[in-house]
Amino acid sequence: MVKQKGILYDSTMCVGCGECYNACKAQNKLAKTNSDPLRDHLSAETYTVVEQYDDKYTRKMCMHCQSPTCASVCPVGAIVKTELGPVTYDPNKCLGCRYCMQACPHRIPRYEWSSRDPRIRKCIMCYDRVKNGQPTACSEACPTGATLFGDLDDLKAEAKRRLKENPDTYYQHIYGLEEAGGSNVLILASVPFEKLGFAANLPKEALPNYTGRVLEKLPGVVGVGAAFLTGMYWLTDRKNKIAKEKQQEGKK
Amino acid sequence: MKTESIFKLTFWKAVAIILIAAGLYSVVFRFAFGLGAATNLNDAFPWGIWIGFDILCGVGLAAGGFTICAVAHIFNIKKFEPLARPAVLTAFLGYILVVCGLLADLGKPWHLFNAIVMWNFHSVMFEVAWCVMLYTTVLFLEFAPVILERFRLNKLLMIMRRVSIPIMMLGILLSTLHQSSLGSLFLIVPTKMYPLWYSPILPVHFYLSAIGTGLAMVIFEAYTSARAFNHGLKLELLSSVGKISNVMLIIAVAVRFIDLAILNKLNYLLISSSETYMFYLELFIGTVVPVYLLSQKKFRESRKWLYISALFVIGGFLLNRINVSITSLTGSANYNYFPSVYEISITLMLVTIGMVAFRLITQNFPVFEELHEGEEESEALHGREAILSE
Repeated sequence: MVKQKGILYDSTMCVGCGECYNACKAQNKLAKTNSDPLRDHLSAETYTVVEQYDDKYTRKMCMHCQSPTCASVCPVGAIVKTELGPVTYDPNKCLGCRYCMQACPHRIPRYEWSSRDPRIRKCIMCYDRVKNGQPTACSEACPTGATLFGDLDDLKAEAKRRLKENPDTYYQHIYGLEEAGGSNVLILASVPFEKLGFAANLPKEALPNYTGRVLEKLPGVVGVGAAFLTGMYWLTDRKNKIAKEKQQEGKK
Repeated sequence: MKTESIFKLTFWKAVAIILIAAGLYSVVFRFAFGLGAATNLNDAFPWGIWIGFDILCGVGLAAGGFTICAVAHIFNIKKFEPLARPAVLTAFLGYILVVCGLLADLGKPWHLFNAIVMWNFHSVMFEVAWCVMLYTTVLFLEFAPVILERFRLNKLLMIMRRVSIPIMMLGILLSTLHQSSLGSLFLIVPTKMYPLWYSPILPVHFYLSAIGTGLAMVIFEAYTSARAFNHGLKLELLSSVGKISNVMLIIAVAVRFIDLAILNKLNYLLISSSETYMFYLELFIGTVVPVYLLSQKKFRESRKWLYISALFVIGGFLLNRINVSITSLTGSANYNYFPSVYEISITLMLVTIGMVAFRLITQNFPVFEELHEGEEESEALHGREAILSE
């Protein structure tokens, strides 16, 4: 069993320098979209941003869910959850239906709206680097250690340790531990997460289960439906025939 | 074929030509400049009327095809048989146009073939794609006898008739899956959708509402084509279709309100918001008015009022699908989506093509043959009865 990798982002340690933003742009060869990293937003050319809320900073990026909604809705499996944890995308499979964008509870995937051959764009947790045992570009660039890369289990333990040891610093919640079934990106903050623009109404259950409950009933529906239709046809057809025979007998 | 009449320009023909030309221009524009330039969609709001109207409504309005087939050929209530052909034709054209709409909406339609070879059973979109492909094929097979009759290909016709019942059963099953799966598409967005529309049994709501509307479409087609061709209209038959549609409307609305009550969402009916008003508008147009009309014999058995009722059912249905796919999602996306001229014109083009194709086909193929009052029954019809009673 491969150990899953993850990212722990501790917003209380973030100084808003934008080094993660710049490193991400360089690593993924993304076009420059804004001179001030703090005033940008996620787009087809921006996989991660640092946002400012009063005196607080927070990053936004793909959460790399344990049970990714985007991967479950993709009709052709263009988005996959890799064994190591990163959720990756293959434009050669993609139909461009944008169901992943519609479905993502974190509202992360972006689209190349102005392209004639558009791709879905989102953070892929530097899969090529992670595959080779390297950390992600953003965590390597972070000067304060606010963005940490490592084994997911270690990061979970570290996050819990921080909440316990410094209860006054942190809002007592690890965002991403349980949201929508949990994710490989964990976030800590000093204030409730909705104040930093995170979706606070996410269920703990993985969203693919919501459709799974219906999809698993379909074989039954088809079976019962086929039996019902055949039965109905046989019955009504027989009834019509008998009625006809009686009519003919009556004539005789 | 009545070729000479095709080239005579009338007002409606001119309108149709303009709409189709504008739509074609929009298609070229969309593929030349991309979805961003052609639509008002963006990262916050990735699905618009091409999904909400062209696909959700297109498939729903085609529901008359499987409903009438079930009533006439599986439940063997033979009096409905004459309605089956126009209903199947509408469904077939509807599905072809749905595919066209999908091609405009997909970012990489040239990858459509991938859906056949790359399977993801967890995706409702995968189920939708397969239902569209298979049911379009089935609809073609269901309509094939009409073409074969027209060209008197009697041998093929005999073969088609022997397999017609299993094919219809397959069509009913596929429709059941497809109508409901369009509702299942939205099960994945419980946190984004407005509570009045989100429900874990959304597929059931979609299925029930499609049946009532499919039947209203049968009335609509019979009425408009009877007007267009001066055909007689078997009013008694259409009145009973209206009666069944009414029952389905009542069942559908009852299930919706019971569902709202079980989910503890009735309080949302009292909140003053644009979503609530849209919900009431949908309820009023699609349920209150038509149920009031269709429940009374004098309206149900009046040509004009039956037609008006059908229009209300269809209008309410369209509003419901738009509400589910657009209205209910604007709040959480914080974006007030309204379609661009390109989105609207491609949609209008598809609707126009559907109507023109329906008219041309019904003029040249024996679609309404069995519906004409006082006309002699065709030889083909006798042939079929002989085979069915074997």
